[in-house]
Amino acid sequence: MKDEGDHMTDQKPFVDIRHAQKSYGTLEVLKDINLQVQKGQIVAIIGPSGSGKSTLLRAINDLDPLTGGEVWLEDKQINKNLPHRQYEKHINLVRQEIGMVFQHFNLFPHLTVRGNVTLAPKMLKGLSDVEANTLAEAQLDKVGMLERIDYYPSQLSGGQKQRVAIARALAMNPKVMLFDEATSALDPELVEEVNLVMKKLAEEHMTMIIVTHEMSFAESVCDRVLFMDQGVVVEEGPPEVMFRNPTSDRTKEFLRKHLAGQHP
Amino acid sequence: MQRVFPFFLEAAWITVLLSVLTTILGLIFGAIGASARMSRFALFRFLGAAYVSVFRGTPALIQLFILYFGGPQIGIQLDAFQAAVIGLGINAGAYMAETMRGAIIAIDKGQIEAARTVGLSRFQTMRYVVLPQAMRLMIRPLGVNINAMIKATALVAAISVVELTYTAQRFIGSTYKPFEMFLIAGVLYMIIIYITGQAVSWLDRKARIN
Repeated sequence: MKDEGDHMTDQKPFVDIRHAQKSYGTLEVLKDINLQVQKGQIVAIIGPSGSGKSTLLRAINDLDPLTGGEVWLEDKQINKNLPHRQYEKHINLVRQEIGMVFQHFNLFPHLTVRGNVTLAPKMLKGLSDVEANTLAEAQLDKVGMLERIDYYPSQLSGGQKQRVAIARALAMNPKVMLFDEATSALDPELVEEVNLVMKKLAEEHMTMIIVTHEMSFAESVCDRVLFMDQGVVVEEGPPEVMFRNPTSDRTKEFLRKHLAGQHP
Repeated sequence: MQRVFPFFLEAAWITVLLSVLTTILGLIFGAIGASARMSRFALFRFLGAAYVSVFRGTPALIQLFILYFGGPQIGIQLDAFQAAVIGLGINAGAYMAETMRGAIIAIDKGQIEAARTVGLSRFQTMRYVVLPQAMRLMIRPLGVNINAMIKATALVAAISVVELTYTAQRFIGSTYKPFEMFLIAGVLYMIIIYITGQAVSWLDRKARIN
């Protein structure tokens, strides 16, 4: 803990979650969670289902607003309490800086791959068709989907859909990328192509917060791993410690069960 | 017999005209009603819900009578055709509002989340992500509403609009052939509905994604 305190004085956190608390009625799903992510850092959040990890991730762009605590991106508070119109204006701007990738891709089925990637840049950044196309081509090239630019989502495999979804998020040039179980809905043989894209982003020092069940991926890519259970961060640390030598019994138990499930 | 045909054709034209105008008005009222029911503001939601339940919860014939016969008492003077279009249009709008709302709420929440997380506003999300998908979903059920509404145009015979049903009744007196007269009207209704149905199917196929 001391180590981390020192770290914080060195550098202001890029994403700063302070005392995050979330309840649905009497059910408390997040209990006073603190998470600081430095620029360029890659943090994985692991834990059993219902542990609150997705809720925490979705609180970062206020998709699931917190009931207590604060979320900051650089020097801007994200979860502000503002009158409706002002809040909408504020959150629409903030969200442009935070890319999000969903478990079920959520591509727009009525638009082509090109349309999916260019929609937001055209609407929000005032890009012309030509500029938006150039941008889309660059982003799709990066995820290896350029040759499918005129396909519709229904014509793509799950892995391809997810790569397009990543390109769609990247097209807004976000400062942070949030991955909400990005590979959980994929057939096992399609997981790798998405992991490769995420690794590529990691090499480019994109700040990423990743909710995942892929322990080996988390271990190879992340700077830091958080283990959550029942709405609290049970343990956190660098992946080599978290996966090889965790201190908490709950972490050990989770990993034992999980790894057993992954490699029978 | 032959001398009644021109009258039936003219009456069929009136039924078509009524149907088209009522559909247009119904779509407009439906869109307003659906928007109201999904509004952020409780007052609009209440008004939308009230509109839907009043006009779906009472007979269209009573609504037409109130408008046409009762209207003058409260200063609304309409001729029979105007009353028919407005009355049926408002009635159809109540059904169409529910159809539209149903199609909109059927769109996966993930679509809205994906649009909002890239920074699109509520309006942009509706306009560019939800509605284009919902419109495709609502074509067929709106076709069902229109089908029901075309048949409901028969009611306006009761406020003496000279459409198919009225014309059939009118010639019973001179021909003494109610069977034939109503049969002619029925066949003409069926032709109108068949063509409408084909048009709806064509639209639906054309709008389908891929």
